[in-house]
Amino acid sequence: MCDQTFVAITFGPCDSCSQNKPLMNIYLQNEPVNYCSLCVELMACQGLAKGETVSTLRAESENLKAKLEEERAKLHDVELHQVAEKVETLGQFVIKTRRTLKGHGNKVLCMDWCRDKRRMVSSSQVIMRSAAVCVLQEHAVTMPCTWVMACAYAPSGCVIACGGLDNKCSVYPLSLDKNENLAAKKKSVAMHTNYLSACSFTNSDMQLLTSSGDGTCALWDVESGQLLQSFHGHSADVLSLDLAPSETGNTFVSGGCDKKANVWDMRSGQNIQSFETHESDINSVKYYPSGDAFATGSDDATCRLYDLRADREVAIYSKESIIFGASSVDFSLSGRLLFAGYNDYNINVWDVLKGTRVAILFGHENRVSTVRVSPDGTAFCSGSWDNTLDFNPV
Amino acid sequence: SFINADFNIFRYHVAVMCLENIMERVIVSMQDPDMGMKMRNQRLLITVIPHAMTGRDIVDWLIQKYTITEEEALHIGNFLVKYGYIYPLKEPRNLCLKQDETPYRFQTPYYWTSTRWPASELDYAIYLAKKNIRKQGELIEYEKECYNALHKRINHTWDFVVMQAREQLRASKQRRKADRIVLECQEQAYWLINRPPPGVMDILEQGPDRRNVANTRVQLVSGQMLAIFVKYCEQYQDHDPIMQGCLPSNPWITDDIMYWNMNSETVTMPTKLRVERWSFSFMELLNDPLGRKELLTYLEKEFSAENLCFWQACEEVRHGEASKIAAKVDEVYKQFLAPGASRWVNIDSKTMEKTLEGIKHPHRFVLDDAQMHIYFLMKKDSYPRYLKSELYKNLLAKAIVPQETKKSVFPFMRRQRHSSPSPALVTQTAEDNGKAKPSAAKANAGTASQI
Repeated sequence: MCDQTFVAITFGPCDSCSQNKPLMNIYLQNEPVNYCSLCVELMACQGLAKGETVSTLRAESENLKAKLEEERAKLHDVELHQVAEKVETLGQFVIKTRRTLKGHGNKVLCMDWCRDKRRMVSSSQVIMRSAAVCVLQEHAVTMPCTWVMACAYAPSGCVIACGGLDNKCSVYPLSLDKNENLAAKKKSVAMHTNYLSACSFTNSDMQLLTSSGDGTCALWDVESGQLLQSFHGHSADVLSLDLAPSETGNTFVSGGCDKKANVWDMRSGQNIQSFETHESDINSVKYYPSGDAFATGSDDATCRLYDLRADREVAIYSKESIIFGASSVDFSLSGRLLFAGYNDYNINVWDVLKGTRVAILFGHENRVSTVRVSPDGTAFCSGSWDNTLDFNPV
Repeated sequence: SFINADFNIFRYHVAVMCLENIMERVIVSMQDPDMGMKMRNQRLLITVIPHAMTGRDIVDWLIQKYTITEEEALHIGNFLVKYGYIYPLKEPRNLCLKQDETPYRFQTPYYWTSTRWPASELDYAIYLAKKNIRKQGELIEYEKECYNALHKRINHTWDFVVMQAREQLRASKQRRKADRIVLECQEQAYWLINRPPPGVMDILEQGPDRRNVANTRVQLVSGQMLAIFVKYCEQYQDHDPIMQGCLPSNPWITDDIMYWNMNSETVTMPTKLRVERWSFSFMELLNDPLGRKELLTYLEKEFSAENLCFWQACEEVRHGEASKIAAKVDEVYKQFLAPGASRWVNIDSKTMEKTLEGIKHPHRFVLDDAQMHIYFLMKKDSYPRYLKSELYKNLLAKAIVPQETKKSVFPFMRRQRHSSPSPALVTQTAEDNGKAKPSAAKANAGTASQI
């Protein structure tokens, strides 16, 4: 197809084990043969573990994609953009980064706004040292683990929570003394059996909701560290969660590596609703401001909107030219705009109703890991693996 | 470490599949015989390399195919090079896309990231051995280090490594010069990506491992009811600073914090937009502390303030410390539910019975039913009447419409930036002063956020 000068079989039956696998060209007794990578290793030294089944996985996923397309074609669903046809089109937005925060020495993984609309907490990873740094506006807290993947501000603004590869979520009270060693006041609240991917306080400083690579979410009492409720239903790592802004304040949504977004009842632990239309990991979930829907960002390079009452996906935000996964999403205050950070270092801004892209921001030099709109909607902040946080109003 | 060796390869393959599959689709369509790129011969010194294209061609094709800007096309094209699907013929160590006559070539599928990932140590050892054998001293410093490290680590395979290296070199000598050059370029490009030199970003870094599982269930349900989103967006458009701007000005743009001061929790006169928003939903009114205060004032006039107080007390039970639940529930019972209680709430008998029974064994959610009952009572009855009341209408009429701040005459004079008062300070001061609420004066002391 592309290379005339080097014809090699890249996939097919291994000359040694006969399984269909990606192949390597090697020479045995002066003859070129095609072995799968594992048989090559076997050849070179004593035995290894059993081989992969990438080919079967691939075939399965191709089948599913075909089925999905078939099903979609049959339905005559109304899509959100059709209902929004009469809505005024937005002009192109010009977004300028107003401030860049360079206090982190390493990849920014996560951030959260304080309810005072001005402060934020952000977390990062440290490669050189064996600790991770969580940088506040005035304080830096050294954590005894790398990859602090989750952080959250408590509603009072007096406490923060964070955690990551230490499998825990710990709570730190904020004090006024800049020299005080905050790490000494740390309190471990949540304990999971795998990494902590996200955390959020509920309506008070007293309860903490967490999601983990162990496939579960959990609700904790901060004071006692007691597990109040656990949420089982994902079949792989849970990567993100968001609390519903609903009247009864009893539900939240989570997204995971099983491509599912699940809605949970906090009180009973029940999985109320489940949505599975993404083709890869869901990295981020966020409620639409009214609480009637939520958006997701996924490794399949799309963001989607799911309507809770219709119980289905109602919009896909994608473009053929967007190849990389979306790592983080958030809505503007009115819910008209969806800000999405991607692994191709860009932020794309979508018109939620029309499904079109209204702006693209080339701000960062590495993956965008987190995008959050401030509580009063005046600006949004993006954190990146390029070690910076950018603040962008319009 | 979290890496479970048995699942390592499996996981990596599944994790990598999505992005690389999407990239493959782009590459395949670039090579479509009809709609794909026009390729040509490229002269490299005295050799002619076929099936090459220029950086400019690549960018132009992407612009045309996806209807995107030049900037975006260059951005995408760069990734195709950085991920090894396209490699440069000149300056092979510089993996970036130049939008000029610089020649590039498609990488063979044999070396695609999706096909050969993760790169095996054995493979790398063979590659380095080949380089070493071909020309002594051809290995760069970091390559020498890797080579020596590999020699130690997989020493038991070394005979195989050297044998393969010799065989591959021998086979390549029998090829045409053009083929040999291309093969070397391809292989080099592959290794530049899979074993980046120190200081170069590892493009394939994925972050912590994920336990991916291929799930087969798919759910599709048809339906409508989408007009509510249009309505919500329209209703809130004027309140969305990113959509419509905000008055007097956006603090992030002008460094002027008037907007925040005017909308702070305990301001004496709220803005018109803020008061309007209370009419959007009962939740909006309740979520705004000022709104809640106004509602309380109204309910006091109606002699039904106990409803709001009860609701608030229930919230504290629901979201408070586990250790204080029993005590709080008891307080609620005494104040609001007990027969003859001073602030008795009017709940239907069925709910009351159930609640009183539940209180005997208090837990976090024991007051939920009662709370919900009162909530909906307020929402359906008190709330609509409040919106029609003189109290609300007067406030709306008096509410402030801020003037737009004119841009500073001296734009180069930067405002001094200070920290806003820490919420921790505010709470502590309140505690020190024995007051329930923080001092409004302190919060409005004309300070700006330090970023």
